[in-house]
Amino acid sequence: MTDATAQLTTADGKPLKAALAASLARSRRRAFLLVAPLFLFVLITFVVPIGQMLMQSVYNDTFSTAAPALGKWFDEHPPGSEIDESAYAALASDLKLMKEQKTSGSAGTRINYDISGSRSMFTGTARKADKFEPPYKEAILSVEKKWDNPNIWRAMRSASSPLTIDFYLAALDMTRDDAGNIVSVPEGQAVYKMLFGRTMMLSLAITVICMFVAFPIAHLLATLPLAKSNLLMILVLLPFWTSLLVRTTSWMVLLQSQGVLNDLLVWLGIIGDDGRIQMMYNRTGTLVAMTHILLPFMVLPLYSVMRTIPPAYVRAARSLGANSFVAFYRVYLPQTLPGIGAGALLVFILAVGYYITPALVGGADGQLISNLIAFHMQKSLNWSLAAALAALLLAGILALYWLYDRIVGIDNMKLG
Amino acid sequence: MTISETDKSFVVFDHVQKSYDGETLVVKDLNLSIGKGEFLTMLGPSGSGKTTCLMMLAGFETATHGEIRLGGRNINMVPPHKRGIGMVFQNYALFPHMSVAENLAFPLEVRGMGKSDREAKVMRALDMVQMGAFANRRPAQLSGGQQQRIALARALVFDPELVLMDEPLGALDKQLREHMQFEIKALHERLGITVVYVTHDQGEALTMSDRVAVFNDGRIQQLAPPDELYERPKNSFVAQFIGENNKLPGTVEEYSDDKCLVRLATGELIDATPVNIRKKGQETLVSIRPERIEFKPEMMPPGAHMISAEVLEVIYMGDIFRTRMRVAGSEDFVMKSRNTLGQTKLHPGETIKIGWHPQDARALDPM
Repeated sequence: MTDATAQLTTADGKPLKAALAASLARSRRRAFLLVAPLFLFVLITFVVPIGQMLMQSVYNDTFSTAAPALGKWFDEHPPGSEIDESAYAALASDLKLMKEQKTSGSAGTRINYDISGSRSMFTGTARKADKFEPPYKEAILSVEKKWDNPNIWRAMRSASSPLTIDFYLAALDMTRDDAGNIVSVPEGQAVYKMLFGRTMMLSLAITVICMFVAFPIAHLLATLPLAKSNLLMILVLLPFWTSLLVRTTSWMVLLQSQGVLNDLLVWLGIIGDDGRIQMMYNRTGTLVAMTHILLPFMVLPLYSVMRTIPPAYVRAARSLGANSFVAFYRVYLPQTLPGIGAGALLVFILAVGYYITPALVGGADGQLISNLIAFHMQKSLNWSLAAALAALLLAGILALYWLYDRIVGIDNMKLG
Repeated sequence: MTISETDKSFVVFDHVQKSYDGETLVVKDLNLSIGKGEFLTMLGPSGSGKTTCLMMLAGFETATHGEIRLGGRNINMVPPHKRGIGMVFQNYALFPHMSVAENLAFPLEVRGMGKSDREAKVMRALDMVQMGAFANRRPAQLSGGQQQRIALARALVFDPELVLMDEPLGALDKQLREHMQFEIKALHERLGITVVYVTHDQGEALTMSDRVAVFNDGRIQQLAPPDELYERPKNSFVAQFIGENNKLPGTVEEYSDDKCLVRLATGELIDATPVNIRKKGQETLVSIRPERIEFKPEMMPPGAHMISAEVLEVIYMGDIFRTRMRVAGSEDFVMKSRNTLGQTKLHPGETIKIGWHPQDARALDPM
């Protein structure tokens, strides 16, 4: 078979495959030129920054570049070695270097991720580094006696190699004990795993609610006469055209304990004035507002699939003896699966990464993992941890996508 | 009601009217009874109400007024799935997510039939349409003609007494369509089922049906067997709709029950058979089939009026010659003559005498 193909040549003796490639090369170049601007844009503004961000989650060299002597000492002495004079000598020389290069703050911040309060140790000690004389141990301890805390040395050891999985450990509520073994953090300090879980559960709930709410709307849109379905379509899209902030705030107006809905319930006498229902600044708030915001992403793929299902299928099922429920369940529903799949995937992925709405209406109870990522980006400035959290989120979504592909098949998905 | 009477009127439309918007009637006072085992075709242009009638019979539309009876029972209020009527849809409506066998098993499954019975019946139905080897294919993997057969098998697999077909051959090419026409006809005869068939293709209607109901403007214009419909159209719509037709306007000069003399606009006199004209002096439209026109004097019936015609165009169509002529002021008067050995060749510009048997010229009321 391959021999026969290899022998195929054009009239002037060139191999057929080469001739075909040459004849297509021009159109291929043109196609690439058309794509090139977007390709470059995506590369520069998306792939590179995200790659760097992900790099940050495993690579942080702020401490290792600021403290080369300590790095060398940690290389020569295995974990568990006694922190002797040579170690303090290395520390003293690094602190001098930090003072010269003004890196004590950033190096301290890196250690501060692991042991809070340690940043001031670096800045404070480095300020006096010029005056250190041997023996360095006493000199340094006389300035700041917390330096003999073995945890500090353990943190510095792990920070002295720029490549680390510590941020991933932290993102999974784990840490290293005194002997360097990986252990779970004490119960009270664990937040991330619970937040990941809550994000997944809430996103799943939002997806399911969206599915049940969007299905009838999409069906109506697909079956109504054009004039009416256009009007309905505008109603579906109207929230799209309103600012996200306005929409979220209007939910606050509606649902807060002094809000429209509670006032109405009190006025109707269904609840007492002291029994106002807390629907805002908790999980309910996040659920309601996000379902509303993400609904169009479920309606549109569903609608685009349903529009292509001719009414003849259900009619055929009915004429063959199926009652309306069986006709729906056996004939109509299976044909809408590509739309359900596409909508669910879209809503779920958007919900998992949603930030503004939970930040505004979630309270303490309705925060999602993305709010914590934002916190680490903006407040604690621990970008490496933020990157680790984001990478875990991305991995989780990719895993779900893979699962979806295995179960439903990605080519079964129709976005429009 | 005796048995023979139910047999004669297995399906009855009794003064049925249908309106969608409350302003216009799509179906105006339909009265029709279809006998058991009959092949009845509803023929008409689009918008004539034929498909609406079929949908009312299937139960997807409700009659605004009147009664539809099936086997003597009023089915106005019976939902479609309880009517037990098989239906073949225009684009087959085979369920794309089920295999051919699953498609066929569907009506049996919803009727609660056991698995082994189901499989036996499905195989029998597939063999009936010579599609036994395709049980595990998906509808999308089949050609149009194969899908058509599967749709047919699915409509028949649960042994309905009445099968409705809504332009089932519309999507097929000409050759396949003709082949399927004969197959459907043969199945109908073999199974003894009643078929109501909707089409806008008059050729299809004529080849397959026992009787044809020609629809226009929400009414049945004529209900008759194919030969009668073609040879003795009752009004000018039917004459025009079925087959090719020459029309000559004129006034009735002499009138008796079975013969009349019509003076054309240009003053010539021709013989015709009165159909729905009643008196002398009435305006009329004389309709003559192109293949019933003769131009050789020896073929003419004795005493027939001849009329002169100028040949404008002769088209060679293989089995026939199609000659367009100017007759009594009309420029699209067509004569079809068989391409026999020694047939006289006509040439444009030639003036000839043409004539016909008075029975073939039908004087109808002008529309």
